Amino acid sequence: MTTANPRANENASGKAAGAFDVARIREDFPILKEKVHGKPLVYLDNAATSQKPRVVLDALEHYYTTENANVHRGVHYLSQQATQDYEAARGKIRQLLNASDDREIILVRGTTEGINLVAQSYGRQNIGEGDEIIISAMEHHSYIVHWQILCQERGAHLRVIPMNDDGELLMDEYEKLLGPRTKLVSIVHLSNSLGTINPVEQIIEMAHGRGVPVLIDGAQSTPHMTIDVHKMDCDFFVFSGHKLYGPTGIGALYGKADLLESMPPYQSGGDMIKSVTFEKTIYNSLPYKFEAGTPNIGGAIGLGAAIDYINGIGMDRMAAYEHELLEYGTERLSTISGLRLIGTAREKADVLSFVLRDIHPHDIGTILDSEGIAIRTGHHCTQPVMDRFSIPATARASLAFYNTREDIDALVKGIDKVIEVFS
Amino acid sequence: MQQFPFDEIDELYRKVILDHYRSPRNMVEIGEPDIEYDEYNPVCGDRVVLQLKLSDGRVEEAGFHGEGCSISQASASVMMDSLKRKTLEEAEQLSSTFRRLMQGHTLSEDELTGLGNLAAFQGVRKFPVRIKCALLAWTALEEGIAEYRRAGTR
Repeated sequence: MTTANPRANENASGKAAGAFDVARIREDFPILKEKVHGKPLVYLDNAATSQKPRVVLDALEHYYTTENANVHRGVHYLSQQATQDYEAARGKIRQLLNASDDREIILVRGTTEGINLVAQSYGRQNIGEGDEIIISAMEHHSYIVHWQILCQERGAHLRVIPMNDDGELLMDEYEKLLGPRTKLVSIVHLSNSLGTINPVEQIIEMAHGRGVPVLIDGAQSTPHMTIDVHKMDCDFFVFSGHKLYGPTGIGALYGKADLLESMPPYQSGGDMIKSVTFEKTIYNSLPYKFEAGTPNIGGAIGLGAAIDYINGIGMDRMAAYEHELLEYGTERLSTISGLRLIGTAREKADVLSFVLRDIHPHDIGTILDSEGIAIRTGHHCTQPVMDRFSIPATARASLAFYNTREDIDALVKGIDKVIEVFS
Repeated sequence: MQQFPFDEIDELYRKVILDHYRSPRNMVEIGEPDIEYDEYNPVCGDRVVLQLKLSDGRVEEAGFHGEGCSISQASASVMMDSLKRKTLEEAEQLSSTFRRLMQGHTLSEDELTGLGNLAAFQGVRKFPVRIKCALLAWTALEEGIAEYRRAGTR
């Protein structure tokens, strides 16, 4: 089945050699033409969720208008079509991550569910009293809490890799934390509140040196860099489709096949079983063992369309453009007196988190919103990060490849207005 | 304010609000308060800890501390001023009037006059996500009074 988005190729052909044609790319995102409070939308909250290109919306409509049916069940035409497209989406995710086998791609609701799956299945099976799980000081709440619950349940301990004032992990400290009781390392690839890109390959290599598996939270990294789970050699990797220009409610967990094979099911229901009698249930093979119930078929197909769209432009070109934009934004924001950037790691992507004088981030957010500028304000579900920098919250602008220098200029102008109101 | 026209933002950040935010009144610790309540909004991290000391059934001293946005902290500061020498019933009455204002009800002239500086928060109504900020201290007041009464009846 061809993808339900003939325009994907159109976009691919639209990639002019050399210059990154952001004006043309913006045409692909209908929402970017919207006005907010009578002003053109400046969307700088991409780390929360990304906008969706027309091809993704078309793929959803195509699926629901021409081939909606349940998967893996029917002998009828529509069910076969839906199954084919759903499985094709899995294949696209596998290619996106450079995994070698579709069996290693478990479709889930998003990053949170992916981590839950690992904690509930792998964690319960392998982590016992006195064992240790290593996380970092810049994890998202959802990432901390699963392990806390598991540790409480099992009598295990959470160990946290600290970071420096730039928001970089202290690798020496990590080395010291790795010990005979370490059973799992679980690290965010790209921090949502600081923008730090963590040295995951090194982290994984060090853990593997002690036979410890590593889970990487790719929620923020997947939309901004080329992911290669093979090269990275992570044992688990999770991401969400909605941050990758796809629909909400769909994401994937990659796991090494031998690990996934050894793990018990996470939820029970249809699709995850091969046979059921009252005496015994035989579980389905990978990846279906972990996909109980009717999955988010439309969401998977939409995510597949988003991946086609990204491939049409090229992740490396997107990342290079975003990096330029980040540098421009860093430079512009640094000129504002009383503005302090939070997160100044050398290896950084897409996030401009800041505090401004003694003005509370919510006040910043409200005034920027009145100018049509969408940013995130608050603790970004990373309260320990806020505590580390002794601040209650930050204002965060986060970029995507459809943002422009004009968006940054609008942000700077908006911040000027904030200062004026509070002066 | 010349660069920007008079608009909803100016209406939100009225002078009295910014003034109370910059120099909060009654940001004091009260020794042995009769009523103390810590209200926290986990979504945005705003916090108001309210303390009241009563004498003959009236608010003798009112103090608060906390952290958060201008609306939440200014609202607490203005509230403190307006609670002095009120009975708990009168305080509750004021709270209910303020809540109705925030919920978009039209108040009578008398009610508006009775609110005094609190009427400056009218502009918040146009910003639905910020109404919670304005009501944080009032929620602390209502919960604090309810807790005080429950303790008294035990």
